[in-house]
Amino acid sequence: MKDMIRIVLFAVVVLLATAWLESGVWLTFIMMTLYATLLAQAWNMLGGFGGQFSFGHALFFGTGAYVQAIAQLQGGFNPWLALCAAVLVSAGVGAAVGALTFRYGLKGSYFALVTLAFAEVFRIVAVSVGFTGGGVGLMLPLSESAANMQFASRKGYITLVLGFVLAALAVTAWLRRSRFGAQLQAVRDNEDAARALGVDPWRTKLGAITLSGAFMGAAGAFYLQVFQYIDPAIAFGPQVSVEALVGAIVGGMGTLWGPVLGALVLHLLAELTRNLFGALPGINLVIYGAVLVLIVMFLPRGMAGLLDRWKRS
Amino acid sequence: MLGFDILFPSLLNGLTTGAVYALIALGLTLIYGVLHIINFAHGAALMVALYAVYLLKTHWGIDPYLALPLVVPGMFVLGYALQRGVINRASHGKDENILLVTLGLSIVLENLALIVFKSDTRTIETAYTLATVQIGPAFIAVPKLVAFGGALVSAALLMAIVSRTDLGRAIRAVAKEKQGARLMGIDVEHVYAMSFGIGLACLGAAACFLLPAYYVNPQVGGGFVLVAFTIVVLGGMGSFAGALLGGLLIGVVESIGGLMLGESLGQIGIFGLFILVLLFRPQGLFGARA
Repeated sequence: MKDMIRIVLFAVVVLLATAWLESGVWLTFIMMTLYATLLAQAWNMLGGFGGQFSFGHALFFGTGAYVQAIAQLQGGFNPWLALCAAVLVSAGVGAAVGALTFRYGLKGSYFALVTLAFAEVFRIVAVSVGFTGGGVGLMLPLSESAANMQFASRKGYITLVLGFVLAALAVTAWLRRSRFGAQLQAVRDNEDAARALGVDPWRTKLGAITLSGAFMGAAGAFYLQVFQYIDPAIAFGPQVSVEALVGAIVGGMGTLWGPVLGALVLHLLAELTRNLFGALPGINLVIYGAVLVLIVMFLPRGMAGLLDRWKRS
Repeated sequence: MLGFDILFPSLLNGLTTGAVYALIALGLTLIYGVLHIINFAHGAALMVALYAVYLLKTHWGIDPYLALPLVVPGMFVLGYALQRGVINRASHGKDENILLVTLGLSIVLENLALIVFKSDTRTIETAYTLATVQIGPAFIAVPKLVAFGGALVSAALLMAIVSRTDLGRAIRAVAKEKQGARLMGIDVEHVYAMSFGIGLACLGAAACFLLPAYYVNPQVGGGFVLVAFTIVVLGGMGSFAGALLGGLLIGVVESIGGLMLGESLGQIGIFGLFILVLLFRPQGLFGARA
């Protein structure tokens, strides 16, 4: 209940800020931070609550983005319908990858590697086959209307991505309280002990990767609607995987608000460096990588862990 | 059907590439065998070594092969320092943390390279770049032949160090039983860092042999690292003979696969193999189940 009240408060604050702000720079900042929150929270469901570290989460993101594009361009779907398809297919890819990898008991480094390899395979396939537009990618024709999920103002997109983030927060809050969430955390902490207590680790992890895939797919679909363009490197390349993982770890894995905090801190840092160094290609990722190393070295429980310590003392 | 005249050069080509793959994989497997961690920054470290060779050649005119005595110790020191200064401190006794730290290091290194060198692909010119020798019906580029020989000699040297020297004995002791080794008076942290240093030194050697016939760009490591992981998994994590054979095998598979399916689908073959081996035989083709 307390979580739900906080989630509603969060929504109200974001909506008020969005309504009040007129500067395009700040609206873009809010939009991209919410988008990064969505990535981080999706990763957190599997990585934070399930303890399965994926290095290739772009796999689900890219699937979502491509389904969103192809359903509209080749299937003639309305974008809102395409969104449902994108989420379902990404969840399906998550379930398929999870079924395979967890069935064979892959965990730890092996799981990280195999997700990375799957993302690479999807990237190469997207470059090689025809219906993805190959290496050139796919472009969505511009046609601004709410029915078409293309908004003239950033405010429309912020409302859309806020909806996704709220859903992700609600699911995460549910993971913290529910029976399924407790089983998932038990499997993360000690798989053998969880099994001895009658928890099916395979099914539990499968549920987590499916949920995680669904939200990554929504993020991919959102990306496509905002930028109206997708290519294999953006869709399945390392950038998205890294952003999702670093956001969750910097904020605090296995917490409700950690990914929100992580995404906010990273985007503030990114803005700051952009102002300091200009738009150097790759500078953002240098910062992300360095922050990741520093956080793991000095704050292994992330910023949320720091807040906890501070609250207690 | 493909005749011998086409297959044989492709096979030779695959073996020469495979030898360099094997050298890269040997470094990875040594680090895995001793520290029980997957060094995610392996590809980025190879990229650093390649740029070092490139800069030595373009700025000081030092031939890549003569750069060996500079680049190999340089990479060793880098590895030793990274393990002692960053990775060991960040581990907090958990393997996941090491995975994350090496991932973070690779992101930092690759994107720093992107900022400094831009995303251009660079090559070097040497007197022997275009020289070839004839073996049977095949013409093989001299740099590739040197790379083949050099990689095999380096691999032999590495194995000799691990099996014959006191350091090698300490490395094997730590790999087998960390606590026991510590009780016998072995400085485990030092052995960890030495192993990491030697693992990166292998990359230094690989870079010197690779660059005359290859290129460097900030993303170059990514391709190699997945291939190296495939080899290490295929050969059995921590197995030297497995890495050597796995490297040669992958080189040949890639070369002949590329010939039959085209370049990008040949790559899918490697990743497909990687996923299949991880799923069905994670202990590798030659390894024992952990």
